[in-house]
Amino acid sequence: MQASSVEIRNVSKFYGPFQALRDVNLSIPPGKVTCLIGPSGSGKSTLLRCINFLEDYSAGEIRIDGRMIGYEAPGRRMRGRALREMRRSIGMVFQQFNLWPHMTARENVAEGLIRVRGLSRPDAAGRAADALAKVGLADKMDNHPSRLSGGQQQRVAIARAIAMEPRLMLFDEPTSALDPELVGEVLHVMKALAGEGMTMVVVTHEMGFASHVADQVAFMERGELVGVDTPGRILHQPEDPRIQGFLRTYHERNSF
Amino acid sequence: MFSIPTFLESLVPLFWAARYTLLISVAGIALGLVIGTLVCAARLSPSRALRRAGAVWVSFLRGVPLLVQLLVFYYSLPLFGLDVPAMVAAIVTVGICASAYISEIWRGAINALPRGQAEAAVAIGMTPQDVWRRIILPQAFTLSLPALINELILLVKASSLVSVVGILEITRASQAQAATTFRPLEVYLAAACIYLVINLCLAALGRYLEHRTAV
Ligand SMILES: Nc1ncnc2c1ncn2[C@@H]1O[C@H](COP(=O)(O)OP(=O)(O)OP(=O)(O)O)[C@@H](O)[C@H]1O
Ligand SMILES: [Mg+2]
Repeated sequence: MQASSVEIRNVSKFYGPFQALRDVNLSIPPGKVTCLIGPSGSGKSTLLRCINFLEDYSAGEIRIDGRMIGYEAPGRRMRGRALREMRRSIGMVFQQFNLWPHMTARENVAEGLIRVRGLSRPDAAGRAADALAKVGLADKMDNHPSRLSGGQQQRVAIARAIAMEPRLMLFDEPTSALDPELVGEVLHVMKALAGEGMTMVVVTHEMGFASHVADQVAFMERGELVGVDTPGRILHQPEDPRIQGFLRTYHERNSF
Repeated sequence: MFSIPTFLESLVPLFWAARYTLLISVAGIALGLVIGTLVCAARLSPSRALRRAGAVWVSFLRGVPLLVQLLVFYYSLPLFGLDVPAMVAAIVTVGICASAYISEIWRGAINALPRGQAEAAVAIGMTPQDVWRRIILPQAFTLSLPALINELILLVKASSLVSVVGILEITRASQAQAATTFRPLEVYLAAACIYLVINLCLAALGRYLEHRTAV
């Protein structure tokens, strides 16, 4: 598997008059795990969604393996076809899973292979089965999402993304909607993926995951990327008072 | 005295007249589905002009009684030199009127789907056409089935209004029958039974379809 790199340069984003991203710079090296942390409303999701251009950005550039996403040149929008081409190799996992409830787990995974990759139905079904087996759901393939637990649904969503053989995976708080006892199974799958050398960008409130799995942690506040460094230096010896404040609140909330 | 023989005898011709009722309702809803889908597309389109046109269409048709729409449509046709059979005029009016309700049913169902589902499809590189065809419309259709069957039942009942332009559907046929037999109660009760049977069948069909498409 080839892993992608992402270069985020001077990216700003406005929602009307409100500036959600302020001149963000971040290098995401290939095959590494980058965690985005920060308080609610700090722009983590917005930044993540700019990487596959689910949101457009107002200034700056985001390059994936050197190629800018969303724009042919600054200010000139990319054609739909070229954008879809780029998105094919970027997987995304959402907080709310976003499975398609009218399809079984296997159909959810096979759909993109058929429509986007042009695989035949039998080939797609086979690949879907492999991807589901990989996330430990070989025996749940024919269930509709409504018949799966949250953790299982999220693993189907991960299978749906990895079946497309992405070179970059984006996760937006993949465990925030889960009951505490189901968080582990999803993090386990994500760790395995990281171990295979996938480039991953993970927005998370799971400081344990960030601390153990991330190669670098970026802290955001009010649309600004305040700091990026190893998990040790961001999570254990932060210098910036904003990060110290955030972690203090985090620890207070999680101690009982 | 209530005459049971008259009641039973009325059932036969009225049952026969029911074919017009059904034709008008079914053709009406079919036309309504086609127009309603276009109106819904207009209301969801990025173009502000199309959205406004769709909204005007819906509020006009919902604000004027079907009977009045029917009379206006029927009597305005000669102005344009059109000689349209009453049946066609009836179907077109019923279809246009239904389109306003059907477009709202569609729109409600589409808006009820979580946005994230389409986003997940876009994120893996699906085309907008595939997103609509594979993700949004199948679910919107399932969601709106009960409302669409309900609309069909309303149309069966509303089709009694087309008796004013001379079509011999159930209501008009029972008026004629009542006049010749001098037994209005028996005849109208027979008509009521036929409407009831048709609509109970439709409701059963609706429950069956809903059950079959449920996930
Ligand atoms: N579609 C939108 N329109 C207007 N403002 C928006 C929109 N989406 C996000 N915002 C604003 O942008 C800011 C950043 O939002 P974002 O969702 O990126 O935060 P976040 O860091 O992901 O927060 P959380 O941890 O709560 O998910 C917030 O203040 C939010 O209100
Ligand atoms: Mg968020």
